[in-house]
Amino acid sequence: MKRRDLLVAILVLLLLWELAALLFQRPILPTPLVVLRTFIVEMGDDLWQHFLASLWRVLASTLLSIALAAPAGLILGQSQRLNRFFSPLIYLLYPIPKVVFVPVVLLFLGIGDAPKIAIIFLILFFQILVLVRDQAAGLRPELIQSVRSLGAGRRALFRFVYLPASLPAILTALRQSVGTAVAVLYIAELFATQKGLGYYIYLNGTTLFNYPAMYAGIVAMSLLGLGLYFSVDWLEKRVAPWQYAR
Amino acid sequence: MICLDALTYRYAQGPTVFEQYSWMAQRGQAWAVLGPSGCGKTTLLYLLAGLQSPTSGQVLIDGQPLVRPRPHTGLILQEYGLLPWATVRNNAVLGLRVRNFYGPDGKHTPEDYRPELDVDPWLERLGLLGVAGKYPGQISGGQRQRTAIARTLALKPDLLLMDEPFSSLDAPTRESLQDLVLELHREQALTMVIVTHSIEEAAVLGRKILLLGQPPNNQPVVIDNPEAGEHEYRRTPAYLAMCRELRANLD
Repeated sequence: MKRRDLLVAILVLLLLWELAALLFQRPILPTPLVVLRTFIVEMGDDLWQHFLASLWRVLASTLLSIALAAPAGLILGQSQRLNRFFSPLIYLLYPIPKVVFVPVVLLFLGIGDAPKIAIIFLILFFQILVLVRDQAAGLRPELIQSVRSLGAGRRALFRFVYLPASLPAILTALRQSVGTAVAVLYIAELFATQKGLGYYIYLNGTTLFNYPAMYAGIVAMSLLGLGLYFSVDWLEKRVAPWQYAR
Repeated sequence: MICLDALTYRYAQGPTVFEQYSWMAQRGQAWAVLGPSGCGKTTLLYLLAGLQSPTSGQVLIDGQPLVRPRPHTGLILQEYGLLPWATVRNNAVLGLRVRNFYGPDGKHTPEDYRPELDVDPWLERLGLLGVAGKYPGQISGGQRQRTAIARTLALKPDLLLMDEPFSSLDAPTRESLQDLVLELHREQALTMVIVTHSIEEAAVLGRKILLLGQPPNNQPVVIDNPEAGEHEYRRTPAYLAMCRELRANLD
């Protein structure tokens, strides 16, 4: 995708937003310019704190899920016996919409960052686990055999084959689930917290009726999601350039 | 150099492919193993590579029973076995990286190994310097197979095993790679075992040709092909006669 095309798409979206705002003429849909002004003012006030709180929660849960799911996926992908044992469990747990566990996790972990991080972790964990496992298990036997014939034992296979093969799978899992993660973050931040973009949006929208501020929060959350998405995209090009080489 | 001693190999849920099979190959010889699909050619190669273990009997290399892949044996497979995420240079250097990773432990790496990472002489020798920065997906089948050869030869093997290495290549590329292998065989004094289902390839590459039939194989059937490897051999009447003889034996 070219940068110019991206810029044009942003302009088109802003234009549509402007047109809709002009058409409705209601306080619940301010124009982009009003929202931008509020965004800048609010960022100077306390919006950035909410942004940082949300960013921290997403980053912490992402890193935690990579740290636990990637090795687990690699181990399952390498060992048919372990995979056979755990497969039914993963098969049952993977499709459950983890967002329904928000109240349960809140009850167990109480207030603070822990329940928010835990719920995003649950979503990302299974996504990464399954993709890394399948990637490792799907490596062609000829590839493994030919690297073994170079003298590689289990440790070298892990270092030179399984690990590099799993990196794109981790990034694909992140790209697929970063949107869901931010959406669930919003839900999780509606409860038992006074920090985070979810709380900020909800507070301004339903209690303070400060609609431009609510939209500023939505913009901040969109930027958070987009930023994460672009970061994963950028990392993918750095870590797995062979997928883009033609 | 290679000795199969009363070797029996049975698939876990399948037929016995070798039964009390004994066979020997001397150092520096060029062997082609020829036979129809399912005769156990690839199994034989994996046994020689130490990637599979016999059900009974043993594989001896230089008098030592083979229990794991041996550092001085090189293996080149039909599907190249290149890492898709590594460039040609990084693929060629992979074997050396594996050796550096373990150090000279005598198990994965020869005890007299000195760490090195320079594969450029091999890339140059095999005409790959120009594509050294490309990924396997970006180069031709012939170049991929050359990369696999470079990777294996960088480890200075004394025994080179190849499993249908050129079967997916077009005829001119195949012929040029066959010539290259013969050249390297002479240059490096390699012992070579090449598995193929192609009568022509066996006749070009094998000074000794081991025929396998429908399993179980009990007795080695060996055909001498002393002129193989000589200049323009594939254009001589002797070569055509050898092809006819091999075809008759396979039928």
